[in-house]
Amino acid sequence: MNNDVRLPIYMDNSATTPCDPRVVEAMLPWFTQRPGNAASRSHVFGWDAEEAVNVARKQVADLIGASAKEILFLSGATESDNLAIKGAAHMYAKKGKHIISCPTEHKAVIDTCKRLETDGYEVTWLPVDGDGRISLSDLADAIRDDTILVTLMAANNEIGTLHDVAAIGALCHEKGVLFHCDATQAIGKIDIDVEAMQIDLLSMTAHKIYGPKGCGALYVRRRNPRVRLTPLIDGGGHERGMRSGTLNVPGIVGLGKACAILSDEMHRDVEHCRRLRDRLEVKLTAGLDHVSINGSVDHRLPNLLNISFAYVEGESLLMGIKDIAVSSGSACTSASLEPSYVLRALGLEDELAHSSIRFSLGRFNTEAEVDYTAEIVVAAVRRLREMSPLYEMVQEGVDLSKVQWQAH
Amino acid sequence: MAYSDKVIDHYNHPRNVGSLDKSSDNVGTGVVGAPECGDVMKLQIEVDPTTGTITDAKFKTYGCGSAIASSSLATEWVKGKTVDEALTITNKDIVEELSLPPVKIHCSVLAEDAIRSAIEDYKKKREATEQPQQAASE
Repeated sequence: MNNDVRLPIYMDNSATTPCDPRVVEAMLPWFTQRPGNAASRSHVFGWDAEEAVNVARKQVADLIGASAKEILFLSGATESDNLAIKGAAHMYAKKGKHIISCPTEHKAVIDTCKRLETDGYEVTWLPVDGDGRISLSDLADAIRDDTILVTLMAANNEIGTLHDVAAIGALCHEKGVLFHCDATQAIGKIDIDVEAMQIDLLSMTAHKIYGPKGCGALYVRRRNPRVRLTPLIDGGGHERGMRSGTLNVPGIVGLGKACAILSDEMHRDVEHCRRLRDRLEVKLTAGLDHVSINGSVDHRLPNLLNISFAYVEGESLLMGIKDIAVSSGSACTSASLEPSYVLRALGLEDELAHSSIRFSLGRFNTEAEVDYTAEIVVAAVRRLREMSPLYEMVQEGVDLSKVQWQAH
Repeated sequence: MAYSDKVIDHYNHPRNVGSLDKSSDNVGTGVVGAPECGDVMKLQIEVDPTTGTITDAKFKTYGCGSAIASSSLATEWVKGKTVDEALTITNKDIVEELSLPPVKIHCSVLAEDAIRSAIEDYKKKREATEQPQQAASE
């Protein structure tokens, strides 16, 4: 029945997406026939490149309801998060040194905040509930006179949980605190409008939205309020002095094109991914017992499914479905040998974190791929459970939480 | 993570998956590891009490591919050995046989512990049956 599936199947679109062929096509001339440096003012090649960058700036801005002048190009979301947080922290240090974030943020935000903590800043880490959401009253209570920045993601990369960005933005503006939003995972999946959501700084990257790796953007609000940043990189004063370095013209053109495609087709994309994700979820939950969905079911990215298959360890499951590219929260798949810190922050038992798999659907996945994946995963989980002493104990009626384990 | 061919072979064709009757006096059961650590191994041996030879071995493992392979290999190796011979199997032998990378050495340690724990359980049972009164009064 699955003759139309080509292996391996890519279902890890939250890690990165393949480039859309239309994006690649738009980029190609900028590697060869049109080689100009966008900062070259003395010849047509430079003007040509500058014009292309400006078109891309407008394409990015249009997608998020910004104006072109508010978009900076840089190397990706990690740099974008770093510049937004450190740049604002250093610029407004005289006003205060207090920042608010949350423990389920991406490492690019967490480690940036931790760096600032060693630098004399204070960070309040808002707790999250079992769905991975913060409470607005906790946020309101955490904001102080010396708070300069709130940094919270729009959508979580592991579990897809959405924060209420508009409510967070409104609260920050009411209290006169800057709001940085890492929207890396949310762009192209949910509507993002920096005006309606009152976002002051927004980070995004091209390679999660069918654009190239190595190119991202930072939105920096210019009015109400005008946000200023201390640059991290000094040099030729590119990007309004906030990010020096020769512009990656092909990458920027690709990012612009990826955004333009989303402006036209995002809703079709979203419906496609949601339909496939829901189909996968139904097939997995119908085919197996002892499965649980991690994160929020009601406030979740439409393309992401993070699911734990109890009594089966994640890495061994990945081995059993080796033709399907997905991610696991298992310790064994991480360099640190610790299970996912995001799942831990939700209060999930480590055992279920070890058993978690993230499926993330994209524009180019097909229904046949979903059906094949569901079939393989169900078979692999059943086989591994036959091998699992935990599953056997549960079948025998043993309460695993009461067992005295000989841990190492 | 690239697995060695032997790990993949044990993962795809695990030897001796299953359970023995843990209430039998001739069966020793070892359960090591913990779910929150991501590894639990259950290894069982059946021993011929007259010769002390391990006649059968079974395992069930919750853990990564290397943990499954380590315990599968352990059951293969203990079969046919006497319990004393089986005690000479070390985690280093397992690491070498399966070409485990450094981050997976703990899987081999766990397999060695599982063998020891199963043998210990068997020995305890034998002592209990050989001195039934004393065991009953404990």
